[in-house]
Amino acid sequence: MAEAQIKPLTLNFGPQHPAAHGVLRLVLEMDGEIIERADPHIGLLHRGTEKLIEYKTYLQAVPYFDRLDYVSPMNQEHAFALGVERLLGLEVPPRGQYIRMLYAEMGRLLNHILNIATFALDVGAMTPILWGFEEREKMMEFYERACGARLHAAYFRPGGVHQDLPAGLLEDIWEFCESFPKMIEDYDNLLSDNRIFRQRTVDIGGFSAEEALAWGFSGVMLRSAGLAWDLRRSQPYERYDEIDFKVPVGKNGDCFERYLIRMEEMRQSVSIMKQCIEKMPDGPVTVENNKIAPPKRGEMKRSMEALIHHFKLYTEGYHVPPGECYAAVEAPKGEFGVYLVSDGSNRPYRCKIRAPGFFHLAAMDHLCKGHMLADSVAILGAMDIVFGEVDR
Amino acid sequence: MVKSVSTEGLEELAAAIESAVPQLFEEIEVGAGGLIVTTDRRRIVELLTFLRDDQNTQMKQLIDVTAVDFPQRIERFEVVYLLLSLRLNERMTVKLMTDEDSPVPSVAGVFPSAIWAEREVWDLFGVFFSDHPDLRRILTDYGFEGHPLRKDFPLTGHVEVRYDEEQKRVVYEPVKLVQEFRSFDFESPWEGMLHLPGDEKAGDPESKGQS
Repeated sequence: MAEAQIKPLTLNFGPQHPAAHGVLRLVLEMDGEIIERADPHIGLLHRGTEKLIEYKTYLQAVPYFDRLDYVSPMNQEHAFALGVERLLGLEVPPRGQYIRMLYAEMGRLLNHILNIATFALDVGAMTPILWGFEEREKMMEFYERACGARLHAAYFRPGGVHQDLPAGLLEDIWEFCESFPKMIEDYDNLLSDNRIFRQRTVDIGGFSAEEALAWGFSGVMLRSAGLAWDLRRSQPYERYDEIDFKVPVGKNGDCFERYLIRMEEMRQSVSIMKQCIEKMPDGPVTVENNKIAPPKRGEMKRSMEALIHHFKLYTEGYHVPPGECYAAVEAPKGEFGVYLVSDGSNRPYRCKIRAPGFFHLAAMDHLCKGHMLADSVAILGAMDIVFGEVDR
Repeated sequence: MVKSVSTEGLEELAAAIESAVPQLFEEIEVGAGGLIVTTDRRRIVELLTFLRDDQNTQMKQLIDVTAVDFPQRIERFEVVYLLLSLRLNERMTVKLMTDEDSPVPSVAGVFPSAIWAEREVWDLFGVFFSDHPDLRRILTDYGFEGHPLRKDFPLTGHVEVRYDEEQKRVVYEPVKLVQEFRSFDFESPWEGMLHLPGDEKAGDPESKGQS
């Protein structure tokens, strides 16, 4: 009897599956348990951020960036702030820069904790997520003390940061930096030598350096393939050139290495945070130009000019000279960039958001081909996808 | 922080491109926006292949493909390719113009990262890419009509969805606004705006000054 041709089974994964990390709908064509084709359907969380930003002033656009990758909100604002500053030709005072770096690294910790925890949960480890959220809670308190919001900070504004840190906050962050490595050790003990975790991740979803470049990977994905590329090091912004840190690099580009790189990056981030606190200078936190940064509340009670500046800034906003620029930061997930086109008015003419996760997910089909169904979950988990930024 | 970025590397790069493939681009400039090369859409695949493979450029990564809509121009869309060279540690931008009807050759064969990026430009702007392996909509809803990032597409959109209790399914309806959509114009009448609304009789302030 001739062998019958079996039609591949089409499997719908998500969009409400917990391992889909939000609202990913993955249409899988299966040959038995082997994936033949993976077709991610995205856009279920599309909110038209880029369109909305075109209708808002530059300052009003800032909060939209918190809502992209809501796991590390300030890193997104950072790219936008850098872009607007480049168009305006502003220089942020040193204290503002150090506060930005401190909080950008805190964002990296927030992101990596959540990613490792959910990744471990996806492949069967329940405990890390319970531990991780406790540490995240502590850092969100630091967010709250600096800007008043736990999640949607709107703290990094073009020109600097919104306000100075309250007294005592730096000491508390230092204390946290002292105790936090204990949790990294706990994660390490729990996962790094865990047989199940290793079986699910080692040699899964590997790719070469050439593939990583061709598919537009960045951040941890690029480094796991052996390319030593970190925007903080190679195209330093703020004061990263004055900070001493190491860039961990992988070899095979498999899921386990991505986990290891994230663990090491957390240790490096803690060290960067400590260096920022040590080097934190005194002085203003935003540019002292009232055409860009609003005057102090106290000043407004006495000075008519300050009151006018405040009114103009919060209605009309500032005009940005015509031009275009692309500003990118090393966000925890990879290269997060903002391509801004200004026509000289008080609103961006075009604001394209380059989300790292979008390009990682684009390679999902390429990475999943030939893997088992259960591996797709591990690949997705190690990619670090958050749908806020993929769908925009 | 704005460091006085040295444009030396970019100028070298521009000179290298200029001497090697003068036939592939129309304009090349190094300015505040970095190195920008403007080309014709028919030559984009050739140009990007050169930029990727040449020893002096080595633009191995296509960071993003996007578009900007200028409705007043004849060829209204400016398609923008952002490139990165890890080896040289430089970025550059390639631009081309197109309109609603003229297709742009897809660069998905040169950089696979363009597959989704071009799908997004097609979805949001309606720029058609020829020879694209899989040109479907990507971010908008299944069955969506129109291209939302065009400047003539209203911010509120055309349809809204809700769950209908009687039909037990999600239904699409034309957008009904309780209050008319308001786009506030806060531009200062003294600096930015040359014509005061309701002051048309005064005529053009510039011509008045001359007469």
